[in-house]
Amino acid sequence: MADVTVKSLVKRFENVVAVNNIDLKIDDKEFIVLVGPSGCGKTTTLRVIAGLEEPNSGEIYIGDRLVNDVPPKDRNIAMVFQNYALYPHMKVYNNMAFGLKMRKMPKNEIDRRVRWGAAILGIEDLLHRKPRQLSGGQRQRVALGRAIVREPQVFLLDEPLSNLDAQLRVQMRTELKKLHSRLEATMIYVTHDQVEAMSMGDRIVVMKDGLIQQIGSPLEVYNEPVNRFVAGFIGSPSMNFVTGVVQERGSHTVVDLDTFSLKMPERSQEVGRAHLGKEITVGIRPEHIYVGENSFQGTSKSQPIEALVEVYEAMGSVVVLELSVQGNNFVAQVDPNTPARSRKSIKMYFDEDRLHLFDLRTGKVLQ
Amino acid sequence: MVHIQSIRKRVSIVFSSYLPMVPFLMFALFPFYYMVITALKKDQELYNLKAAPFWISEGLTGSHYSYLITETPYLTWFTNTVIVAVLTTLISVIIGIMAAHSLARLKFRGVDTFAVAIFITYLVPPTLLFLPLSQVVNKLGLSDSIWSLVVTYPTFLVPFSTWLLLGYFKTIPKEIEECAMIDGCSRFQTLIRIVLPAAVPGIICALLFAFTISWNEFLYSLSFISPTENKTLTVGVVAELIRGDVYYWGSLMAGAVLGSLPIVIIYVFFMDYFVSGLTAGAIK
Repeated sequence: MADVTVKSLVKRFENVVAVNNIDLKIDDKEFIVLVGPSGCGKTTTLRVIAGLEEPNSGEIYIGDRLVNDVPPKDRNIAMVFQNYALYPHMKVYNNMAFGLKMRKMPKNEIDRRVRWGAAILGIEDLLHRKPRQLSGGQRQRVALGRAIVREPQVFLLDEPLSNLDAQLRVQMRTELKKLHSRLEATMIYVTHDQVEAMSMGDRIVVMKDGLIQQIGSPLEVYNEPVNRFVAGFIGSPSMNFVTGVVQERGSHTVVDLDTFSLKMPERSQEVGRAHLGKEITVGIRPEHIYVGENSFQGTSKSQPIEALVEVYEAMGSVVVLELSVQGNNFVAQVDPNTPARSRKSIKMYFDEDRLHLFDLRTGKVLQ
Repeated sequence: MVHIQSIRKRVSIVFSSYLPMVPFLMFALFPFYYMVITALKKDQELYNLKAAPFWISEGLTGSHYSYLITETPYLTWFTNTVIVAVLTTLISVIIGIMAAHSLARLKFRGVDTFAVAIFITYLVPPTLLFLPLSQVVNKLGLSDSIWSLVVTYPTFLVPFSTWLLLGYFKTIPKEIEECAMIDGCSRFQTLIRIVLPAAVPGIICALLFAFTISWNEFLYSLSFISPTENKTLTVGVVAELIRGDVYYWGSLMAGAVLGSLPIVIIYVFFMDYFVSGLTAGAIK
């Protein structure tokens, strides 16, 4: 069983608390992604699981085994580093064979595994080259090959695609996912790129300042963020945020923004009533803002709001607009055949059913 | 048209880059040139105050070299110097490798202060240290023997090697070693199998610098060793070929030429490593 459990993990570096008491349960064969901004503790968590850092307190279990005092080489893990960390003085073949040699595996078994790994990653022709004779993408594959020949219980990947160019990165993302289903192994993947996280993870763990903000499937984290940070971090272009006051108008609770009001979603009406008169943060994703008379495709159409198109960005499959309404700016993602034009006024509609409501002070979803 | 321009370019390179180097080359190579011709000059020309000192006009002689080798223990001194230099270099660089690796990789409190402290010991001048060190050497019963040097040379060679190798090890990404530890190496195996092969240029550089410093050392050798047969090259040549106020210039220079040859040969073959060593550690 290759599930990984992290209990009450705390890791400090001198005065800085890198990981601030986190609990995490990773299932066998799961592809889980730790994502967050720089300094959030994701790499530290990974390194503690690997055994490269000692926790100040907390427990790490791989399977049923407590591995706190087990050295990295005995944890049955393999790690892929951001800068590949290939042994510069060894050929690719020996780079891949090294871990197996250290485990005193018979020569023919080593050879079989290295050739199998090289075949999966398409690097059979590179076996006799040295790392300095390889391109970035090739080095990346060798680093992966080195990990897979070990047939470990758990793969740990520390931003392995960060050093690749954009196109190669997209290609390797798909290859990694395919590798995951082929090997049926547990993979713990660290990245700061939320697009990578969303596209690769079975589950995503969003971290900030050493704390777990939310754990869930990509769709859960996207549609139901538990706080303002997660809402703003996941999704590109990111969610729009604006401050407003909760009021009762007729039988509905609404949020009064500077120049217009928005009705709260049906499911949040009760919650709204508990916070009447309070200032809250309202969030709306760019794809839930529509511009132009007949463009609305959502659930609950708001009243029209007059807005000025400040920026028009044609992205190919969508158009991204920056719209200003009396001092507030909104980013909208709309159909390419939108009537909107730069420097022209247009009517804006919100899908009120898709509003996210957050407590102004704590950032948490309004309860 | 293009042809003329490239000729012009070449001529201007000669004038702007190569020609200005000539005076510097003359300045740098002059001592060696002077040593070589003096060692080959006949005595009557050497001591003739009216003769020009910068070239040979009365023929060559090999008498100074033969005097050096047959009438003085020159070959014994040479052997002593080789033994001392090789042993002290090996001892110091091995210790330096282990110290530098620990300082570069282990995280313990005050590790940076410790590294600076090691380097500061290198800055204490030997002209101060030879007095207390000669007492230590006496107490150890090693005075008058080349083993006194094998024990005392590391006092400056180890800090120097440690500092040089520390700068070099810091340029090797630590992830390589972490990967090796995940692959199954202990720290020591990581050092031997992964770090050392990756650090070969830095180690060669440390070996060369340490060897050169040890070979050229004068003060400790002079202070700790009195018997003629036990002296090293640098001291032996000066002690035996300057008798009272008489300078046996021919043989002195012959001794200097032969004594510099090993280092010159090493420089010629390992120039690249020396140059890389000068800048290693300059960029973190």
